[in-house]
Amino acid sequence: MHELQVTESILSIVLKHAEANRVNKVVAIHLKIGELSDLENEWIQHYFDYLSKDTKAEGAKLKIERTPVVLRCNKCSNSFEVNIKQMKEIQCPECGDKKCTLISGREYYIKHMEVI
Amino acid sequence: MMEEVRLIQVKEEIFSDNKEIADDLRDNLVKEKTFLINLMSSPGSGKTSLILKTIEKIRDEFRMGVIEADIDSMVDSEKVAAQGIEAIQLRTGGFCHLDASMVKKGLDAMDLGGLDLIIIENVGNLVCPAEFDTGATKNVMILSVPEGDDKPLKYPLMFTVCNVLLVNKIDYLDISDFDIHALRERVLTLNPKIEIFEVSCKTGQGIEDWTNWLREEVKAFGVVSK
Repeated sequence: MHELQVTESILSIVLKHAEANRVNKVVAIHLKIGELSDLENEWIQHYFDYLSKDTKAEGAKLKIERTPVVLRCNKCSNSFEVNIKQMKEIQCPECGDKKCTLISGREYYIKHMEVI
Repeated sequence: MMEEVRLIQVKEEIFSDNKEIADDLRDNLVKEKTFLINLMSSPGSGKTSLILKTIEKIRDEFRMGVIEADIDSMVDSEKVAAQGIEAIQLRTGGFCHLDASMVKKGLDAMDLGGLDLIIIENVGNLVCPAEFDTGATKNVMILSVPEGDDKPLKYPLMFTVCNVLLVNKIDYLDISDFDIHALRERVLTLNPKIEIFEVSCKTGQGIEDWTNWLREEVKAFGVVSK
């Protein structure tokens, strides 16, 4: 629902790096976004296409890698991946305990970009 | 001639700007000894009612203020101002959440030195506000019984980022199929450190447990009560 603001941030960071590196054109941007985020890849690209018009990033493709939700069991320290949207109850597959700490799944990160 | 594609390492957090402003706000709040609560929930779960109940209970102990975020209305801030409490209205103009720069605007308009406790009423929404650090000292959320006990499964992020969960409209529990034990288990799996209080803004049930917790936290933050 807040894809627009996310996209504005991505564009401003990308243009800052493009300027610093004397880039002619940004071809692709590689992002890492956690599965816990409700962002829709398609919408981020739509907004990006709109916002990046007449900039060096116009036409750049967003390549989004989704990082899985990983929890660590507080009891036995076992780390495990979960599909949080599909599971009814979450518990450690090793010891069955139900108290866990979130290790990954909240990422919002720009890794690198392809430029010419 | 084909131009050669090269790779530029960016390695930046998309929300780094927001995080920076939020961290600055938090530092400043520590200096000013002002405790800031970011209150989040769905529309209609009782944020304004909870704020009014909280004001009623502890207004004699702490100097309080409220920041109301609304897409485009003043209804909530008027209710708070009617209590004689300083209320700032932030119209988000269609935005689905508050971010740190918007909260900063609200705080800049208030006299922090004269306030011990400020509650932000975020935009009613369980999705977007969870993603944006507002600079608050603590995140508090409300889930009301009519919304259902499955919400931690649908909106896990919100339950992960909060320090406190208030289960409001608990007086409806007996006439609903809301499973409070299942809810507790689901929430604690995602966030074992969260404090859960069962409250009813209508009957007053549990409100004191919440305000007792809040009082201790605000005092531990270094605020001396009036």
